Amino acid sequence: MGEAAARAAGPGHETMIELVEVNKWFGDFHVLKDINLTVRRGERVVVCGPSGSGKSTMIRCINRLESHQRGRILVDGIELTDNLKNIEAVRSEVGMVFQSFNLFPHLRVIDNLTLAPIWVRRMPKKEAEDLAMVYLERVRIPEQAYKYPGQLSGGQQQRVAIARALCMRPKIMLFDEPTSALDPEMIKEVLDVMVELAEEGMTMMVVTHEMGFAKTVAHKMVFMDAAEIVEEAPTHDFFAAPRSERTKLFLSQVLSH
Amino acid sequence: MPAAPSPAAALAERRARARAALPPPVERVGALRWMRDNLFSSLANTLLTLLTVAALALVVPPILMWAFVGSVWYPPDPEVCRAATGACWAVIVEKHRVMFFGLYPYAEHWRPFLAVILYVVAVALTCWRRCWSWQVLVPLWAASLAAIVVLMLGGIFGLTVIDTGQWGGVPLTMVVFTATVTLGLPLGVVLALGRRSEMPVIRLLSVLFIEFIRAVPLVTILFCAAVVFPLFLPPGWNVDKMVRVLIGMGIFYGCYFAEVIRGGLQAIPRGQYEAAASLGLSYWRTTRKIILPQALRIVIPGLMNHIISAFKNSTLVIIVGLFDLLNATGAAVADPLWIRYYTEGYLFVAAVYFVGAFALSKYSQQLERWLAEGRRY
Repeated sequence: MGEAAARAAGPGHETMIELVEVNKWFGDFHVLKDINLTVRRGERVVVCGPSGSGKSTMIRCINRLESHQRGRILVDGIELTDNLKNIEAVRSEVGMVFQSFNLFPHLRVIDNLTLAPIWVRRMPKKEAEDLAMVYLERVRIPEQAYKYPGQLSGGQQQRVAIARALCMRPKIMLFDEPTSALDPEMIKEVLDVMVELAEEGMTMMVVTHEMGFAKTVAHKMVFMDAAEIVEEAPTHDFFAAPRSERTKLFLSQVLSH
Repeated sequence: MPAAPSPAAALAERRARARAALPPPVERVGALRWMRDNLFSSLANTLLTLLTVAALALVVPPILMWAFVGSVWYPPDPEVCRAATGACWAVIVEKHRVMFFGLYPYAEHWRPFLAVILYVVAVALTCWRRCWSWQVLVPLWAASLAAIVVLMLGGIFGLTVIDTGQWGGVPLTMVVFTATVTLGLPLGVVLALGRRSEMPVIRLLSVLFIEFIRAVPLVTILFCAAVVFPLFLPPGWNVDKMVRVLIGMGIFYGCYFAEVIRGGLQAIPRGQYEAAASLGLSYWRTTRKIILPQALRIVIPGLMNHIISAFKNSTLVIIVGLFDLLNATGAAVADPLWIRYYTEGYLFVAAVYFVGAFALSKYSQQLERWLAEGRRY
């Protein structure tokens, strides 16, 4: 099946991520209220909403960087509980890209990429380096392999972070505001890489304010406000005919400029 | 042939480019200019400069006269020194064997001498960046430590046994310092991690241990290790006094190292832990590969502070009757014939300590530079 055909076919039927009645509190503060969400294989979901609405917290619950207190989260059939084995199993299947890149500054780019394949996947060093170069080519910075992260621009660092996550050959990629810390002229180079990834059929969940990107790649939009999912709709419907007043207000604010 | 630009235009362009690429001008400041700027910039400054010069003129020449002009290096004879106007460095010539090797039997001094040479070579190689790999360092230290112990202790290869109670001087300082650092650093890392552990029992134990040991003077710990600890051993058991003292030193400094290292751990942003976790790395892998390398680099200056202090405090082993470099010197210059010249003896020891401590300090700066290469945080 060709790439275009795959895109046309849309997501599969298999459930990759399932959140059921998920609730979370930080102390007394209710940060996630009865969150229900299903993401299927190959589906691309963009999560938007005002800051403090719980988008980042929700996405961080999916690889257990935050723990939820009530409800169930299943990732590729594995339920996230206190069981460390399950958590590690989920984390090695789920790649994550952070707003602040979080590269390891004391390691060269290539070592940032090979660390997890070598120590988590037990891959031989040579093989891991070959794999790293493949992904560095993919994000178009193979020439930076032997530099330290501090010597790279923000956009390059974020592309390294994406390549680092891809080196674990994840089934799902989570993006937590990947372009929010970037200078405007570097946003495009990161989004281009993400669009390519989307075209390859990766299951993606992206928290972002980049509505242009959302319109291009998302199958489904999720709008969150005040710890709740206010609206969940296919991308076209979401932008063309938002149902909730809060969504309309938010869209008018982010799309006005 | 394509139309070439006119030679004049090409030349102008080349010149423009050359001008653009000029290196920044080097600022050269002449000696006179420097003095005017820094020493005589104002009336107050000028006065201060003149006063300082006068004070130096008063103090420095007599010291130089005493140390070099009127001093005696040879022969090592107290009578010659008595007649001289300057320092009696002859005391060092006369007593250097005792100062360097303490109570170690005189005829066997070649053994600790060889051990110190071996040690210096091993340390020098370890400090050298080319040798930083386990394949080099582990065999190097295994072999040198074994050789040093055999040389110092004897008992095989026809070497007579020299009890650790007879060790002294430079080799003793070397053994105490090395053991303190090699026991203390790993202990410090473990305690620092323990104190930040999410497991309450481990955290509590680490806190109690660190706070208790830090609250007790080093002298007390050495005394306990030497005198009190054996009382708790079952009858017939015996741990060598030297070993007990070394462990005491290691534990004491381990606690100080722990607090320094904890500061480094706290400086690592949470994002580093999260990135490692999101890649599926376990706690120990994350600690070993991500957190410690960064944390330890940050705390090099603080660690070196305590390492230098450990180097100098190694002399406290005197309270359990061991004579290190400083105390062996003290004993040597207590000789009634030479006792007038203890100043020279102590000055010499001070110089030896200075060389060691200054080398440590310089090396830590170099280490920081090396580890910072190519990085910006």
